[in-house]
Amino acid sequence: MKNKTLPISIIIFLAFCFFVFLKGLSNTNNYIPNESLGKKIASFNAKNFFNEQEINSDELFIEKKIYLLNIWASWCVPCRNEHGILMQLSQNDSIKIIGLNYKDNLDNAKKFINEMGNPYSKILRDQDGTISIELGAYGVPETLVIDNNKIILKKFVGPLNNQSLKEIKSLIR
Amino acid sequence: MFFSQLGFYSLIIGLIFSIILFPVAYRDLSIVNNAISSNIFSILSLKLFFVFLSFICLIISFINSDFSNETVYNNSHTTKPLFYKISGTWGNHEGSLLLCLLILVFFIFIFLITSRKEPKKYRIITLLFQEIIIIGFFLFLLITSNPFNHLFPIPQEGLGLNPILQDPILAIHPPILYLGYIGSSIILSSSIAAIIQNNVNNYWAKNLKNWVIISWIFLTIGIVLGSIWAYYELGWGGFWFWDPVENISLMPWLCLTALVHSILVLEKKSLFETWTLVLCISSFTLSMCGTFLVRSGILNSVHTFAHDPSRGIFILIFLFLLILISLIIFFFFHKEKKIKQKNFLFSKETSILLNNWFMMYFLSVVLIGTVYPIFLEVITNEKISVGPPFYNKLLIPFLIPFLFLMSIGPNMKWIRQNVKLLNVKLILLFLLSIFLSYLILIKTELNTLFGSVLIIFSIYLFFVTIRDFFIKNQINFSQKISHFGFSLLILSIIMNGIFSREIITNIKVGEKYEFNNGTIYFEDINTSKKKNYISIVGIFRIKENNNNEIYLEPELRIFNQPIVVTSEADIKTNFITDKFLVMNLVKGNDYYNIKYQTKPFMIWIWLSAILMCVGASINFFKRKQNEE
Repeated sequence: MKNKTLPISIIIFLAFCFFVFLKGLSNTNNYIPNESLGKKIASFNAKNFFNEQEINSDELFIEKKIYLLNIWASWCVPCRNEHGILMQLSQNDSIKIIGLNYKDNLDNAKKFINEMGNPYSKILRDQDGTISIELGAYGVPETLVIDNNKIILKKFVGPLNNQSLKEIKSLIR
Repeated sequence: MFFSQLGFYSLIIGLIFSIILFPVAYRDLSIVNNAISSNIFSILSLKLFFVFLSFICLIISFINSDFSNETVYNNSHTTKPLFYKISGTWGNHEGSLLLCLLILVFFIFIFLITSRKEPKKYRIITLLFQEIIIIGFFLFLLITSNPFNHLFPIPQEGLGLNPILQDPILAIHPPILYLGYIGSSIILSSSIAAIIQNNVNNYWAKNLKNWVIISWIFLTIGIVLGSIWAYYELGWGGFWFWDPVENISLMPWLCLTALVHSILVLEKKSLFETWTLVLCISSFTLSMCGTFLVRSGILNSVHTFAHDPSRGIFILIFLFLLILISLIIFFFFHKEKKIKQKNFLFSKETSILLNNWFMMYFLSVVLIGTVYPIFLEVITNEKISVGPPFYNKLLIPFLIPFLFLMSIGPNMKWIRQNVKLLNVKLILLFLLSIFLSYLILIKTELNTLFGSVLIIFSIYLFFVTIRDFFIKNQINFSQKISHFGFSLLILSIIMNGIFSREIITNIKVGEKYEFNNGTIYFEDINTSKKKNYISIVGIFRIKENNNNEIYLEPELRIFNQPIVVTSEADIKTNFITDKFLVMNLVKGNDYYNIKYQTKPFMIWIWLSAILMCVGASINFFKRKQNEE
């Protein structure tokens, strides 16, 4: 039999790599381009979800609170999953959640809100999806954390989860 | 709807055929004759048919914008042009994996057809090992990344919005790259089979070399296409960013490049058996490792696909299983032959071995630079990013001896070279290179020692490879072209690096700006209204001191609702230099901020890489001819 040291040490080394990668997978953090963080959110006009009134985004982020701009749609399956977290966050007085309804059928969207509850202080409509594109959204759902100076503090691509809930709460303090 | 279902069931049927293949092939192993049973061929053809059908179904779903299919919904859009709907099929995680599977199934089919003259057992074991990989891909697709997932309620519009990915080059970049990656799987399987059969000899090497060359060619073209895309479409003014995903394609490339050389020694001289096997196993392992790093989302990069830890765990386990099986087979079955031949310091084998060592060094630098941040984060929770300075510092000093060896190595003879160290012509060439480098250096502010020496040696290599075309020696024509291509590549990259210039200034319509080599005139501005944006095209005349005049027309697009500005660079390419101009609005006044870059020899970087592939293709077709 040949010298066993080499194969055994290789296998030990590989096992080490395996566990490092395995551990690395669990700290997976989403890739968020840094360019948009720390910058002012672009201003835009949108129609109000309930009364079709035109609203300018500059009128939205005035109070001294933390704003969440949540892009959602009734047909978006992950949006349902994160809705509970949004409802939870809406209990918090120092947070205001603004919904941006992305390319949706108005009736379906209203049904969604009636069924799941309304965490939003205001809902805007993005009928053709251009606002979301201009905000640099990757898809639905996506959540921007914005302060009253309209600076983007954080961006969550994909549905919010308990981890992001903690991160948002840490931003309030 | 229908096509998604059809595609899904075809995939399952394909998987069943893959599993059926094992007992059939096992039975065939015990039959003593030299032809593989036709059952195996029929199963393989059927499997190829079903996987192909499944792929076609996915394409049809994309063409029809069938948003009940989750993959289509995530990656397509009704307003996309037809061409990009089709290319969108493999522009995403699920579709690209399906394409990989199709290539895997196709390649093993080709392998069995073209390897008729080789021992039957060897072919069947290769087939079986390849089937293990194929089944792995099948399971990965069906369990974690099914391209035919159903969505209900059916969305009205898809999410595929990213205009940056709508580019003809990017449409063919992934398939070509996959051909390279997957080609190396055949190299792995057949080397495993050769180890088991104790069949590692020069005949085996001669046949395997075709696969090595094919994979190498596709991988090279794939990398070049990606780099061209980054340059023209992203407009960052560069062609290589040491982005983890770029590195990942570079690692198997370095490994295959080493393999192309070492397998030559095995073919001609029956040396470096073990070493060649190690390279064979590593090249596919590195490709898979790349897949893991990209698809699991463990790395942060522009290329990262949607992340899902379960995918990462699957590939991780699959990858390590493959490595483990390969290693076990390698250590248990491989018997090193005692070689009585003496090794000489000055011989072709030694120079190829040195080439391999350098390749391994470059490979380790890239590997460490890519993977080390992950290790560090897991172990110490510290985040670092490894960028170009790291690679430049570690690679450039070692590139110098590498270039020098490359200029003398290929002219050596097998076994033994009687060294004439003083070849007057070569020394003259070397002096000429020093002189030319001096001329180049006084034109630049470059004053690092390594940089200067690197220029001397790259010019020297360039001359030597040109000289090789005119003298008779043992280098065959294809090798001359490839080596010439490589020297041109290195030279263009260096020249591009030291001669790139950049001017940034603010300028108004009608004004001019003078710089060292010329003047920029801002002639006019044209504003026109497009469908959903206002286009502002600046017309710039650039007059150089040698009276060359060019016009560049960068564009600004102001989207009206809401107001967002994007800028489109204008690039003028010619054989000597690229001129690159981009402009931006300056808020609050009439000034525009412009960035003007000259990038010499850009086009030669692509051309020289293509030249290397041409050399390799000539080699491939000549071998085919000789066989017939």
